[in-house]
Amino acid sequence: MEYFLQQLINGLTLGAIYGLIAIGYTMVYGIIGMINFAHGDIFMIGAFHAVIAFVILGFLGVTFVPLALVVVLLTATLLTSAYGWTVERVAYRPLRGSFKLAPLISAIGMSFVLSNFVQISQGARNKSLEPMIQGGIVVTQSPDGFDVQLSYLQMIIFVTTLVLMTGFTLLINRTALGRAQRACEQDMKMASLLGVNVDRTISLTFVIGAALAGVAGLMVTLYWGVVDFFIGFLAGIKAFTAAVLGGIGSLPGAMLGGILIGLIEAFWSGYFSVEYKDVAAFAILVLVLIFRPTGLLGRPEVEKV
Amino acid sequence: MVARAEALAKPLVIPTLLKQSIGAALIALVLTSLIVGIKTVDTNEALSFTTRFPSVAWASIGVGLAYLGFGLVRSGMPLAGLIASLAVGVAQASVLLWGGPAKELYLPFEDPVVNWVVVLVAGVIAIRAALALRRGDGTGAAPAGTALGDRIARKFNQASRLLAPLLIAFAITMPFLPFADRRFVDVATLVSTYVMLGWGLNIVVGLAGLLDLGYVAFYAVGAYSYSMFATYLGLSFWLCLPLAGMIAASFGVLLGFPVLRLRGDYLAIVTLGFGEMVRLILINWWWFTGGPNGINNVPRPSFFGIPFERNPPEGTWSFHKLFGIEYSSNHRVVFLYYLILGLALLTCLFSYRIRRLPIGRAWEALREDETACRALGINPTNTKLTAFAIGAMFGGFAGSFFATRQGFVSPESFTFLESAVILAIVVLGGMGSQVGVALAAIVLIGVPEFFRELAGYRMLAFGIGMVLIMIWRPRGLLAVRDPTIRLHPRGGPEPEPAKP
Repeated sequence: MEYFLQQLINGLTLGAIYGLIAIGYTMVYGIIGMINFAHGDIFMIGAFHAVIAFVILGFLGVTFVPLALVVVLLTATLLTSAYGWTVERVAYRPLRGSFKLAPLISAIGMSFVLSNFVQISQGARNKSLEPMIQGGIVVTQSPDGFDVQLSYLQMIIFVTTLVLMTGFTLLINRTALGRAQRACEQDMKMASLLGVNVDRTISLTFVIGAALAGVAGLMVTLYWGVVDFFIGFLAGIKAFTAAVLGGIGSLPGAMLGGILIGLIEAFWSGYFSVEYKDVAAFAILVLVLIFRPTGLLGRPEVEKV
Repeated sequence: MVARAEALAKPLVIPTLLKQSIGAALIALVLTSLIVGIKTVDTNEALSFTTRFPSVAWASIGVGLAYLGFGLVRSGMPLAGLIASLAVGVAQASVLLWGGPAKELYLPFEDPVVNWVVVLVAGVIAIRAALALRRGDGTGAAPAGTALGDRIARKFNQASRLLAPLLIAFAITMPFLPFADRRFVDVATLVSTYVMLGWGLNIVVGLAGLLDLGYVAFYAVGAYSYSMFATYLGLSFWLCLPLAGMIAASFGVLLGFPVLRLRGDYLAIVTLGFGEMVRLILINWWWFTGGPNGINNVPRPSFFGIPFERNPPEGTWSFHKLFGIEYSSNHRVVFLYYLILGLALLTCLFSYRIRRLPIGRAWEALREDETACRALGINPTNTKLTAFAIGAMFGGFAGSFFATRQGFVSPESFTFLESAVILAIVVLGGMGSQVGVALAAIVLIGVPEFFRELAGYRMLAFGIGMVLIMIWRPRGLLAVRDPTIRLHPRGGPEPEPAKP
């Protein structure tokens, strides 16, 4: 029971991170119908910015952890969203209206560009940081001495994700930007006829997705303490799986899918085998796409001719 | 596309252009500020860093200038663009070539390759400016550029009727030419392997229009099935080759059957997942596949049963004894080269011929419009499945060759990167164009082999290339995308080309 509870906590933490990345996939897919293959690498860029910002702060002698966290959060988010904006502007916008695989191929190219750019400029070896936030509280204790730990870091991740998700839901449901975004999602041409600036809305979609991925990058940096230029690949695929599982195009679905994928991964490695946990994620992707392509919360897609 | 062309053709006034260039430079500054400006360094106790701020400054100035240069050409001032870009390019190139005291003062980047990129970009701007000047108007550079590209591609494709036999003749005589030392033949063998993989994937991506990101899985299946048949059962290469192809093809069917109902981009991700799954299973199923160490001592190929050995056991033949020539270790290398060349040409011939069969036509039709195909009574699933299986089969052949050439296989050789390289070859060469794929493989695989300092930048260049090709010529550099058959023969009424 205690073991189960511990895996549950770990799984939820992972799931929160996957969910934040998955939102970027699902939003972009919802609005322009492409798989942003470079999104995983945007997340990796966020993680690297977090590492670099921590190193600089350490050099400057900032030891007060909350201040450092806020500064790093802002730096990573802002710079990562700049990357998201640029990628859309450079690699996707010129391709609107091109043949249907063109944006995907361009996105794959962009993914190579980003990961190799980081590899060349920062080196191929992985970067490890010392754990900054240690300790936690013991939730329950079993008679044979197995503590169920909820670390402060996990709490920070939960709270941040919750705050971001609330803010994000409000943004989509209540603001003019959210309205424009939903309008573009339904019918881009009609929205532009009614005075919605489609280009700007799409750009902002990428910026928001990248910002959330940047936060996820910071969380991974803190949680695992190790980043390298290739982490975006696997995390990207898993987050995409989460988006598909939840129903691509659906925002609550992305979060739900992320949490499910995190839980599956945690329980799979807890109870079956650690080696096959990535295979499990891929298998889920394939199974969902075959048996329920619309995901858990998605709407069926009608192909118009 | 039209809207974009109009937007580009509209002359921009100088202040706007300057403002935009400064904006581009600022964005480059933001993007590079931390990633390039701060290099994290591992020391013994903790991560520390060194700074590279000059590179950041130069990078943003360079981006601003490049934007300004393209803007000048686009907005009808090609002369200014030509002069400016030539000045920058020549100055940079001369400093790089002759150096002297200027080398200390002015060389923007630490890495010579990046410094040469500056020259390259300046050159591209100069060429575009010169072209615009020759046309005399300087407006509408982008659509004219596409038309120019089309013209070049068309010329090239006409020439390729001549070029292809020449290339093949060169490939066949190559090992006997004076400059072909062992290393050269080795690289040629490697390039031919990728040419074959490219042609195999071309059947799936170029003809049938299915984006397969896990092609390396079939390569792996071929390599492992050959290794296992040969080491566990002791079968010969020529027996294993068709077996490996068949197994890879059945894996193709196995994967394709459930997923081919999916939309194009979902299919891409699922094939990617499949490729990774195969690799992970190869790593973790250690008692069967040897785990991360793979399978060693895979038998080397023999000349139809006659081994390449210096001292064959008493009473058996060896290659040099059979032909009565001096023993040389190069015989095997050259034989391997011919083996892969033959396999690759077989792939090429096969795809040329199958394009003219009903199934090949169905692939091309399916690539263009799936709904219409369905309405015409083509079964999309079966048609796609055939393409998948045949592409997989050639991947399996190439995999067997890879295993026999290396002498060992391990999961390390079958990462996503490998799929990506093969896909880049197909995309850059022009989906559907056989000569284009061959040339792309020569450039993308062969050139980095000889210029080692470029190897680190290889994937970066592939990525940039893929993005640029998608923007400039989405069907590939050399593709003109003529259908293999047409309703109205040349000279008759041209059907209106369909909007992509």
